[in-house]
Amino acid sequence: MPSKPPIISLKSVHKYFGTYHALRNINLDVEEGQKIVVCGPSGSGKSTMIRCVNGLEQHDEGDITVNGHMMTTDEKTGNLIRQEVGMVFQSFNLFPHMKVIENLMMAQRMVRKKTKAEARDTGMKLLERVGISAQADKFPGQLSGGQQQRVAIARALCMNPKVMLFDEPTSALDPEMISEVLEVMTELAREGMTMICVTHEMGFARSVADRIVFMDEGEIVEAGEPETFFANPEHNRTRKFLDQIISH
Amino acid sequence: MTFDGSLIIDSLPRLMDGLWITLRLYVLALTCGTTLAIALVLMRISSKKYLSWPVMGYIYFFRGTPILVQLFIIYYGLPQLEFIRTGPLWTFFREPFFCAWFALTLNVAAYTAEIFRGGILGVNSGLVEASKALGMTYTQTFRKVTAPIAFKLSLPAYSNEMISVLKATALASTVTIFDVTGVARKIVAETFAPYEIFLSAAIIYLVLAWVIQNGVRHLERRISRYAN
Ligand SMILES: Nc1ncnc2c1ncn2[C@@H]1O[C@H](COP(=O)(O)OP(=O)(O)OP(=O)(O)O)[C@@H](O)[C@H]1O
Ligand SMILES: [Mg+2]
Repeated sequence: MPSKPPIISLKSVHKYFGTYHALRNINLDVEEGQKIVVCGPSGSGKSTMIRCVNGLEQHDEGDITVNGHMMTTDEKTGNLIRQEVGMVFQSFNLFPHMKVIENLMMAQRMVRKKTKAEARDTGMKLLERVGISAQADKFPGQLSGGQQQRVAIARALCMNPKVMLFDEPTSALDPEMISEVLEVMTELAREGMTMICVTHEMGFARSVADRIVFMDEGEIVEAGEPETFFANPEHNRTRKFLDQIISH
Repeated sequence: MTFDGSLIIDSLPRLMDGLWITLRLYVLALTCGTTLAIALVLMRISSKKYLSWPVMGYIYFFRGTPILVQLFIIYYGLPQLEFIRTGPLWTFFREPFFCAWFALTLNVAAYTAEIFRGGILGVNSGLVEASKALGMTYTQTFRKVTAPIAFKLSLPAYSNEMISVLKATALASTVTIFDVTGVARKIVAETFAPYEIFLSAAIIYLVLAWVIQNGVRHLERRISRYAN
């Protein structure tokens, strides 16, 4: 079987904020269909890493390739990559001045040049998929956090992305709403979506991840399949971190 | 002192003529100034210094000097320039109404550009990132996300500016224009009844301000049906 190149590939990536070395020699390959969970203490560079994947942050050294395109500082290339990469944020970031369905239609219309009817159709289908088609004509502010995050996932899926990035999608949610979002993500994973999820939901990581990546101080300390990662972490730092989040 | 009510009734038709001039000046200055402000704020927020710096200077000048002085510079000062007096622009600059409109418009533009800039800075950067992450270009994001939200954030300050401009139109009376204030001054000069006449003028401005304030409030309520 001819092996396809990884859909996401980070090679010796470094990133600085001023003099602060936020990413140190990051190497990560993600094959199509793989689910990667990224965890690590606050400030370890998890957000920075996935934000470099779609060019929300620009890396300073190394190569990032997404879906065959090499990320450059050029706006056009970044844009091309972002059109194929969905992203879900901790703080939902729904457009407050648009109804839910309009949130889903905007980029389809502007970027994919779809007609209003097509965009609405796709939008409604995805709202159904995440279980909130009844809220289509409400404004985001009228929805609960869990519902808002599901809308945000649907909005990203409307673009038919090849890859989905999640940056702590459940961290801002009340505990009782976490599971409804994780269910949607689990379903998406089962359907074969390529995903990188920054999350500390270890139950989700255990059941969904092909690989878990542990970051600390801007480095990938270790990466492994869930079983070995949880049972036999190689590094002390990983063990400490796992003890901490599991005792919580 | 006695209060002569019939004087007010008698002068009403003339004050209404003045009202027409005030309104024309007001609407023209506000619409043109706001349009210009949009262009200015786009330049002002640009990362290109040759676009943002001139606008900064412009705004600095118009916010830092009295409108009356600006009006006098335009009305009395510019005609001293040879190329204005003999050139094609003279058709405009010899008209007091044009000069008042011009001064007010430049003022509205300067203040409103700053108001809009404040609105733009107030837009949650997460929303801009979300739009960018969807593959929208900078321009598309600005049009669909930043601008409408910034406009909503700007409304309270902008409605203050609308009221300020209304009151500033009275300065036109200093360059021979018979707006509400100009007419009032003229009637007072004829009747020596400043109390009745200026009070009538004040009431006219109050009614206008009331209409403007309620119009904006109505608009604000309409576009903030949603939370956030
Ligand atoms: N725009 C920025 N300017 C300067 N420093 C930044 C910026 N963004 C992030 N940093 C720094 O880079 C480091 C990594 O930040 P990052 O947000 O990637 O961490 P994280 O692992 O996502 O943490 P958290 O779990 O708190 O979200 C932190 O020390 C942070 O302070
Ligand atoms: Mg983070």
